[in-house]
Amino acid sequence: MNGMGVRRTAEQVLALAPDEASRRAGSKLGTAGPWSETGSGDGAVWGLCKGGGSTPYRTVVDTTGPAYSCGCPSRKSPCKHALGLLLLQAADGIAAEDAAAPDWAAQWLTARRARGADAGRRAGEAAPTATADPEAARCRAERRAARITSGARELEQRLADLLRGGLAAAGQAGYGLWEETAARMVDAQAPGLAGRVRELGAIPGSGPGWPVRLLEECALTHLLDRAWLAADRLPAPLATTVRTRVGLTAPADGVPVRDHWLVLAQYDAADSRLTTRRIWLHGTSTGRTALLLSFGAAGRAPQLALPVGALLDGELTPHTGSGQVRAEPGERFVPVAGPVAPPAGGPVGAALDAYGRALSEDPWLESWPVTLSGVVPARAEYGWQLADADGREALPLTPAAQSRPGLWRLLALSGGAPVTVFGECGHRGFTPLAAWSPETPGETVPLT
Amino acid sequence: MDTTTTTSTTPPADDAAWDELVSSALLGTDRRPPAGLAGSTAPRDMPDALLDAAALHTVRRRAGLRPGPAAPLPDPAPEDPRAPLPEAARRRLDQLLAGRAAPSPAGRRGAAPDLAELLPQWLALANRYGYKASPAALPALLDAARARTDLRPQALRLAGPRGLWLARLNPEWRFALRGTGAGGNLPSPQDPEGVRALWEEGLFAERVALLAAVRTEDPAAGLALLASTWSAERAEDRLMFLDSLRTGLSDADEEFLEEALGDRSRNVRATAAELLSALPASALAGRMAVRAATCVGLDRTAPVPTIAVEAPHECDAAMQRDGLAATPPAGRGERSWWLGQLVEAAPLPSWPARFGGRTPEEIVALPVADDWQGELHAAWCRAAVRQRDPAWSRALLGAPSTPPATGPGTSSLAERAQLLSTLPLEERARWVASFVAAHGLSEAFQLLGVCAVPWAEPLGAAVIDALDIAREAGSYPWSFSGVMGLAERCLAPEAARQLESLTARPDEAEDHSPGAGDYWAEAFQRLVSTLRLRAAMRAELMPPEPAPVQPSAP
Repeated sequence: MNGMGVRRTAEQVLALAPDEASRRAGSKLGTAGPWSETGSGDGAVWGLCKGGGSTPYRTVVDTTGPAYSCGCPSRKSPCKHALGLLLLQAADGIAAEDAAAPDWAAQWLTARRARGADAGRRAGEAAPTATADPEAARCRAERRAARITSGARELEQRLADLLRGGLAAAGQAGYGLWEETAARMVDAQAPGLAGRVRELGAIPGSGPGWPVRLLEECALTHLLDRAWLAADRLPAPLATTVRTRVGLTAPADGVPVRDHWLVLAQYDAADSRLTTRRIWLHGTSTGRTALLLSFGAAGRAPQLALPVGALLDGELTPHTGSGQVRAEPGERFVPVAGPVAPPAGGPVGAALDAYGRALSEDPWLESWPVTLSGVVPARAEYGWQLADADGREALPLTPAAQSRPGLWRLLALSGGAPVTVFGECGHRGFTPLAAWSPETPGETVPLT
Repeated sequence: MDTTTTTSTTPPADDAAWDELVSSALLGTDRRPPAGLAGSTAPRDMPDALLDAAALHTVRRRAGLRPGPAAPLPDPAPEDPRAPLPEAARRRLDQLLAGRAAPSPAGRRGAAPDLAELLPQWLALANRYGYKASPAALPALLDAARARTDLRPQALRLAGPRGLWLARLNPEWRFALRGTGAGGNLPSPQDPEGVRALWEEGLFAERVALLAAVRTEDPAAGLALLASTWSAERAEDRLMFLDSLRTGLSDADEEFLEEALGDRSRNVRATAAELLSALPASALAGRMAVRAATCVGLDRTAPVPTIAVEAPHECDAAMQRDGLAATPPAGRGERSWWLGQLVEAAPLPSWPARFGGRTPEEIVALPVADDWQGELHAAWCRAAVRQRDPAWSRALLGAPSTPPATGPGTSSLAERAQLLSTLPLEERARWVASFVAAHGLSEAFQLLGVCAVPWAEPLGAAVIDALDIAREAGSYPWSFSGVMGLAERCLAPEAARQLESLTARPDEAEDHSPGAGDYWAEAFQRLVSTLRLRAAMRAELMPPEPAPVQPSAP
């Protein structure tokens, strides 16, 4: 916790940067050169930074948040100017302590502190507003729903235009078309739709068979648009799922489940904006499988980290909605001793059955957590697969899983003999995440 | 999973409908309305209808996915009967292997132990106890062996048959299947047909490994195998095979080597001669003794007993056949070159008789006439190393307290290290300890390298004392980084106690180099923590004691 007016070191300042580019750009602004009228006091620091235009940018940082305000057009927060200002302060480059803020800075600070909200928290998720007024909250929710609705309509229009003109044309049009549409969905406050659109844009470059994949994903996006537009006529759990898929954060309000949870897997996926950590847990007495998600700004590790193979006693609150496995961890999560055994598993056919059933709850599911027991990794012409020990049926590994070092750990563990494997089973194949050998069933070997 | 391996349950009619949807989507509904929808849908609504149908089809297809046919299952890895590593040791190995991937940042090393340096020791110890690696550690172990050839034999041994099984599946680990490291593919020496087949058809490395294996079991059979194809081998292969006889060389090899003295290749002849001269009872050694005796002897006319040297005047065909190189390297006189080779190849046990029953020490102490001492002693040093003669090595090393420059034998530390390596381990440690005590550490590095690990007690104490003295003298620790690194790997872990007092940050004396005290404290801290770590590693690898019998209650 950084108390009021406590100055950060340059290292701490740079740790606030949203990405490497900002870090570099901010470093360059950490000298007195471009700055004027700088000052600090009352837990804030401010200054004017000469930019490209005729008027300098007004930059204010509320160091108690921290929260940032800057006149520059950057969408990043903190922007390079805010970083530069803090670096300047860290290097003793801002002389006056406890000065009075100039009007332009004072206005923002007063307004911000009057709100008393954590408005400065920079995150991909919508910040929960902690106002006491339920009426205002309802209005805001309605406004947002309306924006999403108009976004969904627009996306529908674009999909219809696309199909009318043909996907072949879209393949040639390149990425720009999709980027623009994705930006429109961000404006419509529908990050789920924006993410889907970005993925659509990547498909034409994804190799042979792309038209089929593009049609499939366009159709599922269309299905989501339609579901959103008709959400009031859907059964409540499915409607919740649709809202989540569109990008509204739903609170975890299921019935809390206390159990001894075995940590099956933990792995990160990062894009340019966000690092998403996925942690799979298995309740040893309930038999439940749960997914914890934790986020970090790009380049920074998410907060939550659980050791794979550990047994933890604690409470999980599931998210509601059909086909949901996501949950939120309770306050107390303590390691306990106890016998550890892999989740009960089945043959590869049963895993596909489970995925198929889960699709009827949530048709947009990419994959479903399953445990395969008695399977052997084998090499087919196209790559690696997991085969039932009787040598009849097999499930291919996803292309991503084929190139991960975990594949070799799985092979080493198996040594050509049947093993138990936990992973995600979907229409692209199976992604192994953890394995157990029959000789050491109490030892969870991570494959991520 | 749009591959041929996973089939959909959708009937063919549905497949046709889907294909229709895809081609319509590809070309656009304006140009090509999907046939199935064309009748019932207005052109304006066609894209929507197509997406509806495609969504239905996609979800149905995904929900109905079935497994594909299994490829032939792999042959299971061979059983490995060795004991699994104890739990703590297994975690330690993971840590050591992970440490390898992240080398310590350049520059000053700080106080943290260097894990990569400890891996070889850990592997050697684990193999000594006969453990096998846990399967999950095999990929990292193979990667480490790939990156560091010095780790290869020990890492592959720990990896065992399952490691080789795994290496066959990944081209990056091909190295594990080559050469002698593999071991597993050689036929048993008792299998004459297998041996014969591999000898005739195998790769060169396999054949060398095979020869070594057969020789270990039955030296005569090994030689017979080699002789069976000898004349047909290429010259460079003959040389390599001959060189491999060095291991386990015995008088039984003499006949074969004598014949090789007449080989077409000069290098083969020279190697054969060198090997023969390492057998003091061989006929070649005898011939060399006679030749050397004509050149080196006591000068009875001198007032005190003195060695007189008369270097050879020619290098005749017989001498050349016995391996002497007739042409000296640039800058060396012919006669001293021939003398050096003669004395080097002559059996050392022949000298005491030549010098009136004197011991090697007494011979080495004799004055040598006409500046021949350097040449003569250097040749004896090479002979002592080649013939593994501890008595002569001892004599040529002299007393450890004598400064190298004025002692007998040779002043070259590399050559002295070789002489030392012919002595019994305990004696080596004692000798080097005395050397360090007398001359400090700056010249001891190579000598320390030939001592057994962990360092025996007088040696460890001498090194620690010498480091302490260097610190007191105000030099910087990086002047001793070589010895420090060796000490981290080689000091007995028990020495940590002795080092405790040195890890404190000393008060800076005025005449000391600025900051040196801090750097020394840091270096000693690293040394102590490395020793602690090694002690922990050793304890973790100790096989569990059988549970003590509980005394029954009275």
